[in-house]
Amino acid sequence: MGPLITNGIIDPGWNNYIALLLGMAFGFVLESAGFSSSRKLAGVFYGYDFVVLKVFFTAAVVSVIGIYLMGHLGWLDISKLYIQPAYVQSTIVGGVIMGIGFLMGGFCPGTSFTGVAIGKIDAMVFSVGMFIGVLIFGELYPLFENLYNAGNLGYITITEYFGIQPGIFILGLTVVALVAFYVTAIIQQKVKKVDY
Amino acid sequence: MSTQDRSKQYMNPYLAGVLLGLVLLLTFYITGRGLGASGAVKSSVVAAVDAVSHSHATGSKYYSQFISDDNHPLNSWLVFEVLGVFAGAFLSGALAGRLKLKVEHSPKISSRTRLIFAGLGGLFFGLGSQFARGCTSGAALSGMAVLSLGGFLAMIFIFGTGYVVAYFFRKLWI
Repeated sequence: MGPLITNGIIDPGWNNYIALLLGMAFGFVLESAGFSSSRKLAGVFYGYDFVVLKVFFTAAVVSVIGIYLMGHLGWLDISKLYIQPAYVQSTIVGGVIMGIGFLMGGFCPGTSFTGVAIGKIDAMVFSVGMFIGVLIFGELYPLFENLYNAGNLGYITITEYFGIQPGIFILGLTVVALVAFYVTAIIQQKVKKVDY
Repeated sequence: MSTQDRSKQYMNPYLAGVLLGLVLLLTFYITGRGLGASGAVKSSVVAAVDAVSHSHATGSKYYSQFISDDNHPLNSWLVFEVLGVFAGAFLSGALAGRLKLKVEHSPKISSRTRLIFAGLGGLFFGLGSQFARGCTSGAALSGMAVLSLGGFLAMIFIFGTGYVVAYFFRKLWI
């Protein structure tokens, strides 16, 4: 039963090799989908290319259905999966800052790495900027410490928080994704084409 | 179809989404955790600060959380995963004929403008990913896969803010 490393089925000594292989698959798929192009990524915010929404939402739905299905079949112990603690204020502030960064830079961290890998100089500059951003956070941490640690709701899922059955929520999420795919396809036809 | 057209051909986004979802599912099945990206940048910064001044790094309440005597900060799962991302993306780019050193930008702006905003965007993303304890990969996508409240918050505020500020940055893109 998974998770295989957590449950001692695969020796943790394999960790870094597995990381390398899964990372390769991750990078290969992102680049193949066009995520190494900032102009393609930014399209989701202007309506000329919804590749981000299509890939991101499809991946989220496939993985969450897979995880809960495997849990249901007894192949995966969901209680052992890492759930990020919800520090509400800090996550909101971070999300807003990242949203602005997305529109200025046209990349997010993972996609910028795929851009670097194929020779995009703008992606390289973005990566250097990220390094500086993290350094600024580290150096000014005493200023941010209170906000960073405020409002921790713990390792909580959205379904626990709202008291919904996970199955119903996942069904709802899938429907929202399908509606979003349909609506954005109509929008994309009406928006002026951008050549890139 | 000319070779130039072929080099622009990307995978069907829904197929890519299914494959990405399966990679993420496999990652959770094997390791119990999701995929990430900004965590590797954090490890690099911690390692760099530690190399420049060990006392400064261990004296900082932030960096010191990620430093231990028996493990180098760069010996982390996410650092190896990101090395894999570079390799995988390079392979995909090579197979599709997309390897090319260039600055990609809208014809309405100069390369210089593009690079200035790329750097600023990276800086904002680096800063924001520390507040949110992860970025679009580690917080938003991996978080959503396990229905984490933090993951949904990150996703909504990254993309929500993007739509709110898109108007002000439109000259960069359209």
